[in-house]
Amino acid sequence: MVTTTVSTPSAKPSSELKAQVNSLSFYYGDFQALKGIDFPVEKNQVTALIGPSGCGKSTFLRCFNRMHDLYPNMRYEGEILLYPDGINIVSPEVDPIEVRMRIAMVFQKPNPFPKSIYENVAYGLRVRGERQRNVIDEKVEEALRSAALWDEAKDRLNELAFNLSGGQQQRLCIARALATDPEILLFDEPTSALDPIATARIEELVSELKEKVTILIVTHNMQQAARVSAYTAFMYVGQLIEFDDTKKIFTNPSSKLTEEYITGRFG
Amino acid sequence: MSTLFLPAADLSPPGTGQRDMRRLIARHRIWDRLFGLLGVLALLFALLVFALLFGQMLVNGLPQLSWDFLTSFPSRRAASAGILSAWVGTVLVMLVTALVAVPLGVGAGIYLEEYAPKNLLTDIIEINVTNLAGVPSIIYGLLALGLFVYQFGLGHSIAAAGLTLALLILPVVIVATREAIRTIPQQIREGAYACGASKWQVVAHHVVPYSLPGIMTGVIIGLARAIGETAPIITIGALTFIAFLPPSPFGQPGQLLSFEWLAAPFTVMPIQMFNWISRPEAAFQANAAAAGLVLVAMTLSMNAIAIWIRYYFRQKIKW
Repeated sequence: MVTTTVSTPSAKPSSELKAQVNSLSFYYGDFQALKGIDFPVEKNQVTALIGPSGCGKSTFLRCFNRMHDLYPNMRYEGEILLYPDGINIVSPEVDPIEVRMRIAMVFQKPNPFPKSIYENVAYGLRVRGERQRNVIDEKVEEALRSAALWDEAKDRLNELAFNLSGGQQQRLCIARALATDPEILLFDEPTSALDPIATARIEELVSELKEKVTILIVTHNMQQAARVSAYTAFMYVGQLIEFDDTKKIFTNPSSKLTEEYITGRFG
Repeated sequence: MSTLFLPAADLSPPGTGQRDMRRLIARHRIWDRLFGLLGVLALLFALLVFALLFGQMLVNGLPQLSWDFLTSFPSRRAASAGILSAWVGTVLVMLVTALVAVPLGVGAGIYLEEYAPKNLLTDIIEINVTNLAGVPSIIYGLLALGLFVYQFGLGHSIAAAGLTLALLILPVVIVATREAIRTIPQQIREGAYACGASKWQVVAHHVVPYSLPGIMTGVIIGLARAIGETAPIITIGALTFIAFLPPSPFGQPGQLLSFEWLAAPFTVMPIQMFNWISRPEAAFQANAAAAGLVLVAMTLSMNAIAIWIRYYFRQKIKW
């Protein structure tokens, strides 16, 4: 058993919890993919999840919007409390659709729908039954501006989303997620399919977006974690090894394993 | 300096190792050519047979083909006989077939792909749906004779024929629907679910629209198969000689729609052809060829529509 180091990050006066993960375990059939994870998610901050491939960081992220519920033979244990109301989002009594309406996600590969740019961004609103054209127009523009895509897209809103470049498509997916004002935004390795310039724009965007929304980002790129996040969680074979201020993790990690990983000795 | 230029070709005679290798490659190339040639021959044979059949039909049937031929009822005199009742019958039967097979087949396909749990029962259903596509059509005819014609009391009607052919092409529509749905990447579904969509919203907003071209192609191919079916239609008792049209679906004045035509007796193109071919007079043989041309034209144009739909939508949707 590896010991977990979760130090309470240096408390800032304004710090406020958005979510708290308490001994969360997750099983695919008999295989335990997550082993009793605990850590806090602070409001309006970026928290990064790092670790080698297969360590369970994506599995963990997908617990936050109950994505696993789409597939059979899985089971959650423990809790993820979502504040302010403190509901346990992995509880079977909580409707996964409600969770997904509050917590949005951006995927590894840009996955726009084969619809127009406008309809992609408006989709979350349509799902929620919004019919008023002017409300949707306004929200679409706001979301595209927040995702730094408005200037490039405003003259081609009715074009198919596939006509955008990869980086633009990923920003479109961010806009789609932002259009419904989510409380938490999950990023699952959002730049792994993008070139360095597009990656830089997404990173910039992530840093800006924390003013509006709490962000959890999975990345296999340690520099990225160091650049964008305030807190970092290091995971290894389904366990949380260390959680701390990003600066601390990258300069003076408490765990030997963390140190070996961030210095590139394995992973 | 010298690295800027490629070394001069080695003009000295190749060594034994190299010569062996070249001989080996040459031998492989012979097989390449031989197989290519065989493939072309096989293709030419298939095309030639089709061209001969079609050519013969053209030569025999084309002189018979005229506007009158399409707008006349069958007659005892070959010269004035036409296919009006046959093609109207075919169109109406196809209409019933499509209206029944499309919702049932698409619904079943969507259920099997998106809703059904993956277990032994669905596996068994899956295998049997595929098996159904291989059942000889006469069996469907027998089933329909017992079930639709007698049990349900539909009689030897357009409705019974349409239902029979719908059963026949149901597996084709189900399989096409499932295949079309399976080409939609899972990331698209996840993207929609992540926006808070329910299963029904994902199906209605994404799965069905994106798989529509594939589904339509499957439906049309199914209908193109059904249009030429003769055995099950004969089994359920279609007429071979019919000199009147079913009642109009638009009904009498004052009625919006009428469904009397569903219960009307009918004939279809292949039966009309079969009827004429079995006559001794050469003039009727020519009529059969002309009717064959019309039937082939109907099938080919349906296939053309299917190809067009697929081509048109493939340009719009690329994963």
